[in-house]
Amino acid sequence: MLSTMVQLLSPAEALAKVKPGDTVMVGGFGLVGAPLTLIAALLEADGARDLTVISNNLGEPGRGLGKLLPARRVSKAVGSYFTSNREVVEAHLRGELEVELLPQGTLAEAIRAGGAGIGGFYVRTGAGTLLAEGREQREIDGELYLFQRPLRADVALIRAAKADRQGNLVYARTARNFNPDMATAATTVIAEVDEIVEVGELDPNAVVTPHLFVDVLVRRAGAQP
Amino acid sequence: MSETSTTIAKRVARHIEDGEIVNLGIGIPTLVADHLPDGVDVVLQTENGMLGVGPTPAPDDVDPNLVNAGKLPVSELAGASYFASSASFGMIRGGHVDVAILGALQLDGRGRIANWSIPGKPILGVGGAMDLLVGARKVIVATTHLAKDGSAKIVAEASFPLTADRPVDLIVTERATFAVGDQGLTLIDLADGTTVEWVTENTGAPFAVAPELSTEAAA
Repeated sequence: MLSTMVQLLSPAEALAKVKPGDTVMVGGFGLVGAPLTLIAALLEADGARDLTVISNNLGEPGRGLGKLLPARRVSKAVGSYFTSNREVVEAHLRGELEVELLPQGTLAEAIRAGGAGIGGFYVRTGAGTLLAEGREQREIDGELYLFQRPLRADVALIRAAKADRQGNLVYARTARNFNPDMATAATTVIAEVDEIVEVGELDPNAVVTPHLFVDVLVRRAGAQP
Repeated sequence: MSETSTTIAKRVARHIEDGEIVNLGIGIPTLVADHLPDGVDVVLQTENGMLGVGPTPAPDDVDPNLVNAGKLPVSELAGASYFASSASFGMIRGGHVDVAILGALQLDGRGRIANWSIPGKPILGVGGAMDLLVGARKVIVATTHLAKDGSAKIVAEASFPLTADRPVDLIVTERATFAVGDQGLTLIDLADGTTVEWVTENTGAPFAVAPELSTEAAA
């Protein structure tokens, strides 16, 4: 057996790695490509309190990441679009949830930078707008750019279609979205997959996330063992 | 969608050129793909990570892993590709998308757009509009001429926060089309049955009238 085999855990075992106060990245665009089995287990995990969640959205009311809000597990949300979950708006207005809003492309690039050893970047998006207030801006070649710091997390919860036993990942269509970027930017990366195959069974040309980024595999609830 | 939405989508579709890479915003812009003139083929990019977006599938063919930026089911055309969010926005910011079609809450007299925040309400959604505004080669706004309360959406000075400093290129409503230039707005087209007087009364910013003003059928 190769020593590079990735850990294969139950959802509860995997989510025991989350500690109070952790920053957790969660993949998905709405519910598409969101690791719904891991999110359900996160709700049951003792350590999942006072979390900062980095995700494009915070699910929908009562679905996906939306389940965490009524359970008061999230103290801060970093993402690009929370308007579609009315509960996020209400929790924010009650003062229970801090929100940091980033343009969607800046969010993705900040995660990519966090995973690629880049200490931030200047981007035209948002420069000169209300989002730039109090932040560093500079002119480059005659155009105004806004500085953005990188984003990293303690744990990333991602979703892929298929993995091999080493942790190489293949994604399904638009369920890819933020998942490959988040796979690079957290100390512990937990991937929920539909199917796990032996090493050598994935076409190396089709692998999007190489195994060195992945720490733990969890089978999606209901998937064939 | 209402008849007005369809009218706006048809009026926008006339400004799309064959071969362009097009990103469609949520709402009215999504309808534009259904109304492209004969002989105009475009490639649709969606910011959640796909190039080569196809039409809405039949109910039996819906794949839950295949959606557009509005989270609605779409299909995959021959030649399609998928990519991560960071690569998708790299395409957008890097100037590789020809046309972005966006909605608007307000537009100012310079053709700048406000579509992400309402004063007095918490700012909780920005999405990909800011990225599209700084990166797309051409930006077309597809909007109703008036807000729901009957007030003009095009105003001299925006009271809502702007989405970007960059003006859009074209503003298309169910009544009128404005080109945006260094001097501000120019009325270039009227829908059938709309007069310059109506547009003047219902537009809060000054505009020039093109000498070659056209009148296109509303539908």
